[in-house]
Order: sequence, then structure tokens, then C-alpha cells
Amino acid sequence: MIPTIPRSPVVNWIYKAYIALFFLYLALPLIVVAVFGFNDSQFPSLPWKGFTWDWFFGDTQPRVGFFHEKSILKAVGTSVFVGVCVSILAVAIGTTNAFLFNRYDFRGKGALYILMILPLVIPGIVLGISILVFSSSVANVAWDSIKWDIEALRPGLVLVVLGQFSFVATIATLVISARLKSFDKTLEEAALNLGANQLTAVRTVTIPYLAPALAGAFVVSFLMSFENFNTTLMLVGSDAPLTIAMFDRLKEGSTPLLNAVSLMLMLGSSLLALVMIAFEKR
Amino acid sequence: MLSHRNIGFYLLLAPLALWLILLIVIPHINLAMLSLQERVGVRQYETSFANYRTFIDEPLYIMTFARTAVMSILATTLTLLIGFPVAYYIAKMAVGRAKSVLFLLCLVPFWVSELVRTFGWMILLRETGVVSSFLQWAGLASGPVELLYNDASIMVGLVYTSMLFMVVPLVSTLDSLDNSVIEAGYDLGGSTPSILREIVIPHAMPGIVSGCIVVFMLSLGNYLTPIMLGGKDSLWFTELIYSQFIVRFNWELGAAFGFLLLFLSSVIVWAALRLSGQTLERTMG
Repeated sequence: MIPTIPRSPVVNWIYKAYIALFFLYLALPLIVVAVFGFNDSQFPSLPWKGFTWDWFFGDTQPRVGFFHEKSILKAVGTSVFVGVCVSILAVAIGTTNAFLFNRYDFRGKGALYILMILPLVIPGIVLGISILVFSSSVANVAWDSIKWDIEALRPGLVLVVLGQFSFVATIATLVISARLKSFDKTLEEAALNLGANQLTAVRTVTIPYLAPALAGAFVVSFLMSFENFNTTLMLVGSDAPLTIAMFDRLKEGSTPLLNAVSLMLMLGSSLLALVMIAFEKR
Repeated sequence: MLSHRNIGFYLLLAPLALWLILLIVIPHINLAMLSLQERVGVRQYETSFANYRTFIDEPLYIMTFARTAVMSILATTLTLLIGFPVAYYIAKMAVGRAKSVLFLLCLVPFWVSELVRTFGWMILLRETGVVSSFLQWAGLASGPVELLYNDASIMVGLVYTSMLFMVVPLVSTLDSLDNSVIEAGYDLGGSTPSILREIVIPHAMPGIVSGCIVVFMLSLGNYLTPIMLGGKDSLWFTELIYSQFIVRFNWELGAAFGFLLLFLSSVIVWAALRLSGQTLERTMG
């Protein structure tokens, strides 16, 4: 089955129909979420009662739209804050890890590399509870021994950031390593020959070369953090990021407000995707 | 410059070591230790396998564990069967622009959060939902049909959620298969099924394995899809972990459950790697 080998038109037609069905399957849930954000009704379901912007711009009960719903906007803010923290940490450690694995040979390198990949194959909920248990143990010891209550180690944003970082760091490392592997090291050596010291050579030659990967890793990390649910669920305190806030609302029953929020999320991530594609083209 | 130990080496090693030791290794050892604690009195603990015994003695726990494993394997198989023809089409049949557009289209749903995707399925499948209304309109059903809250709807959600992680590795391995090899197969008299079996699938094996591992892991560790799309009886193992930790505050039992989940996923990942002769670095990195 390749284009240069003739096939019967029937088979060809069935195959194409299957592919079309597949993409319909992919698109359908997203389309209905987006469309029902404009339904002039209290529920995101049929019958269709007409078009409205209320779920975006409404400012009176019971129709408070996305741009006027304080708790949702606050949750978006929390998610952005967590996402930026996680991405900065992940890109920083991803860069140092990439240099470590690319530039040095040492005993146990292979084992360390496997250990570095492991967070990707640990279920998110297990990562969450293990960090919850450990931080609580540390906090309990600190309290029992020196009566020091370490607020940061109780469920809350610090733990959420650490929990998400624990596996996002692996992804950032993989993205940045892939680019560093294709770097021509003689360029750096040329800088050294021209009198730069090691650090200057890396800063002025290697880092600019890595820039697209750094930006890409940042965007991917941000999205992973923004979308994360399992790890966050176990570590969240009183400030809920958006996914958790939406989940709590969804459990109580949904209004088209959630559709409006979802549509804004889709627009946001498409924008990020475009930014990333633009970076990759450079 | 390579391979000699200097300050730079240790400066680069330090963050990696801090991350892995403080956030991965010690917390998991801690979790293992906690799972071996038995509460015998107020703030009094003894080391024992009591929590694991509770797991074995309580049929609900065992059943949920087995169900989660079996359904995850089923979801992985379905994802592979549905995704493979699509990946093959993108890698081998589509050409030029269509190819990259189709590939990008595959990625689009995964730029939005899992919560939104699950929400979409709820709107589609519930009693007052789009599919039910469509069936009534088409005359295929006489009244509202509840399609949500059963095992099939969980399966639909799981397959949907993990499709990307199957299609992307498949496309990249199939892409690297030279068309002339397939042509040679035909020239030597092979039929489409035999070429698929003897050339395409062996070549795509690394992609199949890495896709299956990731999809299986994601299904096993999923919390959102089973809880939102599943019914009252369709318990998922992650729900047990959550309820022990957050609702009942029995962290010792919850830790044991967490370890069992980790154990199950590690065993299956390891078995998949062994059976196919792949390594973790190659499939993940």
C-alpha cells in the first residue's frame, strides 16, 4: 500500500473514508465544546436556544461570563503563575542536564540517564502522593523537633510547582538535548581559539544556537504544567489552578460558562502553538 | 575538554542530582516505607505488611486493580488498532502539504487540556447530549439514550485522550521506512498482508512499543476520564488512591495502593521492553 503501487479504487475509497472518520472523531468533542459556549441556555446541551455572548461578557447572575467571573479569572492567574515558575525551573535544569549528558563522560552516566527518564513512566498520581508524603514528613519533623512550621511544605502552590517540575524537567531536558546534539562543537572551539574563555564561548555561541530549543522547551513545559491534572490534584491547597477549579465546577453540574472557558483555553493554546512553530522556523 | 572532572562538571551535576534525589528517589523510598507502616495506636506504628494484606483480603480492591489493568491493556490495544492505519496513511500515503497538515491536525486536540476533551465527550454522550438527540432525529431511537457512565464511554475517552502518543511515534518510525523496500516486497510477489506482517510491522516495532508503553501508562494513571465518563460501578484504581489520601486520610493504605500502581506499570513496561528487545532510552529519549 504505497502511492506508486496501484490499488483497487474501492479499497482506496474505504481507506480515505476511514481517515475522514478518524479526524471527525478527533474534532467532534472540541467542536461541541466550542459551539455550546454560545448557547442561550443554562445548560451546555441541546436544544439550541439561540446565539449569545453572555457566557463570555455577561456580568449579571445567573449569567456571569468568563471575563467577569472572578474565581475563574483568579484560577487562570494561578495556572499562569505556576506554569511560568515550572517552565523557568525546567528550562534552567534542562539546559544544565543537556550540557552534562552531552559534554561529559562519567561512570554511571547510562544509569543516571535512565533515572532522568523515569519520571515520565511514573503515573502522575504516584508522583503527587510521593512528594506529598515526603514534604509532610519533612514538615512534621521540623515541627516536632524545633517547632518550626514550614508553610511551604503543606499542600499549596509551592508543592504544585515542585510536583509538576519533577516530570516536566525530563521533557525539557529531552527537547534541549536533541538540539545540543546537532551543535557543531568546532564553532565553540573557534571562539576559544579567538580568545574567549569557556563561559563566554558557551554564552555567545552555544546558547544562541540553542535559543529555539530553549523557547520550545519553555512553551511545552508551560503547556504541560497548565494542563496537568493528576499530580496537581494531590498537591493542591486552597489556591486552585484552572484545571482543578474547572473540575470542581464540572462535578457540581456544568453551565455554558465552562464551554466559554474551554474555548478561551483552546484559543490560548493555539496561539502558543503558532508561537512555537514560528520559533522552530527560525 | 571532554571527560575530565572539574568544577564545571560538578556544577552541572548538582542540579540534576538535587532534582532526582529530592523529588524522585527519596519521596518514593519514603512512600515505600510509609506503605509498610501499620497503625497500632494513636501515633503508634509498627512495620508490617498489613496494608498489602488489606489489599489482598478486600475483594473490591483486588477487583478494581485487575479491572484497571485489563481495561488499560484493552485501551492500549484499541488505540494501536485505530491509530496504526492513520499513522500509515500519514507516513506513506499522504504526500507534500497534505502530509504535514494531517500530522498537525492529529496534534491539535492535545493542545487543550484533558478536562476540556472529557467535557466534550460528556456533552456528546449524555442523555440530553448531541449523539442522543441525533439518534432520535434520525429515528434510530424513540427516546433519550444515556450513552455516558459505562465502561464503553470510559474506553472512548481513554482512546481519545491517548491517541496522539500512539500516532506520533508510529508516524516517525513508518516515515523512516523506505518506500523502495515495500516496492521490492511487491516485486518479489508479496501480498499486502504479508508485506505488512513481514516488512512494515517489524520496522515499526520501536514506534509500536513506545506508543503502547506511553498509552498504557496514561490509561493506568488516568483519574479524570474514568471519574467523569464512568458510572458508579466503574471504579478506577487511581480513585482508590485519591480517596485513601484525601477523603479517608489513611495515608498508609494509600501509599500501599500507590506502590501497587507503580509496580503494575513498571512490570508491564518492563515486560513490553523485554518482549520487543527495546530499551527505555531508545523508546523514550
